[in-house]
Amino acid sequence: MTASFILLAVLTVAGTAAAMSMRNAVHCVLALTLGLTSVAMLYLQLGAQFVGFTQILVYVGAVAILAVFAVMMTHNDKPMDLPDSHSAWIAGCIVAAAVFAVLARAIVSSAPTVQAQPQPAATVQQVGDALMHRFVLPLEIMGLLLTAALIGAVVIAMDRREEMK
Amino acid sequence: MTLLALWIPQLDQIFVIAAHWLLSYLPAALQPLGSAILSVAAIIVAFATLFALTTLLERKGLGRMQNRYGPNRVGPCGLFQPLADGVKSLTKEDIVPIRADRAVHFMAPILLVTACFLGYAVLPIGRNMVMVDMNAGVLFFFAVGSLMELAVFMAGWSSRSKYSLLGAMRAIAQMISYEVPLVLASIVVLMQAGSLSTVTIVNMQASYSGIWPHWFVFTPWGLAGFVLFMIAATAEANRSPFDLPEGESEIIAGYYTEYSGFKFALFFLGEYIGMFATSGLAITLFLGGWSAPFSFLAWVPSYFWFFAKLLTLIAVFIWVRGTLPRLRMDQLMNLAWQFMLPMTIFNVITAGIWHFMPGGPLRWLVCSTMVVAPCILFASGLKRKKKFQVRTYHFSQ
Amino acid sequence: MNSLQSYLLLSSLLFSIGLAGALTRRNAILVLIGIELMLNAANLNFIAFWRYGTNPDALTGIMFAIFSISIAAAEAAVGLSIILAAYRHCRTTDLDRMNSLKG
Repeated sequence: MTASFILLAVLTVAGTAAAMSMRNAVHCVLALTLGLTSVAMLYLQLGAQFVGFTQILVYVGAVAILAVFAVMMTHNDKPMDLPDSHSAWIAGCIVAAAVFAVLARAIVSSAPTVQAQPQPAATVQQVGDALMHRFVLPLEIMGLLLTAALIGAVVIAMDRREEMK
Repeated sequence: MTLLALWIPQLDQIFVIAAHWLLSYLPAALQPLGSAILSVAAIIVAFATLFALTTLLERKGLGRMQNRYGPNRVGPCGLFQPLADGVKSLTKEDIVPIRADRAVHFMAPILLVTACFLGYAVLPIGRNMVMVDMNAGVLFFFAVGSLMELAVFMAGWSSRSKYSLLGAMRAIAQMISYEVPLVLASIVVLMQAGSLSTVTIVNMQASYSGIWPHWFVFTPWGLAGFVLFMIAATAEANRSPFDLPEGESEIIAGYYTEYSGFKFALFFLGEYIGMFATSGLAITLFLGGWSAPFSFLAWVPSYFWFFAKLLTLIAVFIWVRGTLPRLRMDQLMNLAWQFMLPMTIFNVITAGIWHFMPGGPLRWLVCSTMVVAPCILFASGLKRKKKFQVRTYHFSQ
Repeated sequence: MNSLQSYLLLSSLLFSIGLAGALTRRNAILVLIGIELMLNAANLNFIAFWRYGTNPDALTGIMFAIFSISIAAAEAAVGLSIILAAYRHCRTTDLDRMNSLKG
């Protein structure tokens, strides 16, 4: 529980809580970006350099931009006038709080069996080695999945009115 | 002569020695923090000065190319013009539109400048002169480069103006499209070097065979990669001929229309700093970083060569800006997706073939053909598709 | 409470915040963002267990996280394009109003 962990944890929770409770959708996405960047810093603090930078590159550089484009194209960038109905809001928060309570109880009451160990090394060479030898099949399947997602997203979101001209 | 031979390595490492001497005054617990602050201050001072110099060089260079003098009133040959520009931008009134989103409007230039300065942390400016030697250095550089796009969107959207929004959407579309060839063009170097650490990449290029250096640009795939990287870097920095998002004759100033005074100066600074950082990465990956061009010139300090190569690339940027006309949006996108992306993929295959073939003239012949032939084919393919169609923009209705 | 427990608590808090958002928001895009947050919480869990658990040399946690990030990106792309297509049809992204399959 070092000072940097506490700072990053506060930033993460603040960013994500703001992302889920703001009225303007673009503000939500920007707060999400803050939350995800602090999660990436947590990865860096845990010593997973490759994952941390990939998180920034993919989530902040691609997913957040995609989300703001979707917000702009569905004309959601004005603050929403109608409030969310209160009963559904309260029920959702109660369910989420209950889930958190169950998980926290399980975590806190579990016996600490972890011994202090030095920082394990996860160099890019080791990650590449693992990707090419032990995880080569998931890597190839991931390539297929990303190609399918790319083509599918373009086809689904394509404007059909151009074909009718 | 021996005295000179003794002084030369000292001159090369003079900044490292000075930093160690300064840090020896701090207690041992504070030394990492002091070292970080010292490096950050040095980078900001050096590159902000280079920015000021570049604004002047650009205006005078463009002026000469357009058959006129550049600024020559303030100081000898206009040397104090950047100072005058700085004073002007600091004293101008900071106007924020009434309907603008104040918090996001304020954060956008700060985020842009921060993202652009972060990239310098992994560039080796001289021998032993890199701020942080990260294991995944090149990945870090591309990750912070992608933060720039978010800052551009924030600037354009928060101004609540049609020109700003249109400019921001165009700029983001352009930056995202050219980020893919940028990363793919640098992958060939990573394949050859076997590491993502910039220090390792430069050390691999710092040796000589005879008098010729082992820079990656002197191989067929390296030259193609360098050219593609520089084209993508020009597009990422929104510079001519890719400056449609900020074209003055098209949409006023694009996403920074509604900014004035110091925030406008920050955008200007951020754009140039980003340009320098990407050029610095190109120098590190392709042009051998801080190593000298010939082995008999290796006695000149390493940081001198880095800045000399950087100034050469800046001169090329200014030259291209003064020469080529602006590309239209659909021409820009076609260039990215239909020419540069297939070219970079072919380049990766070529680099793989180069790695596995035995050295000699056959390797050069095969790889050169594999680089030149697709270039000619794709370029002729681009020239043939000249149909004009109705362009519909759905971003700002 | 050791470091592993603090990271796990943080990731479960992140998960429940994402869950709350996915359950209560009416805008389809914000529900998708809640789902992305839940995926991030799971990734944080994996990395924390890689760091503090047994056998970190196998890099299992890191590999899981890398593949999870890739899948999350693909899912966000396809999900957002589906939302765009639904918007073109229903002229709204309000999930309370998209409650019938009839076109």
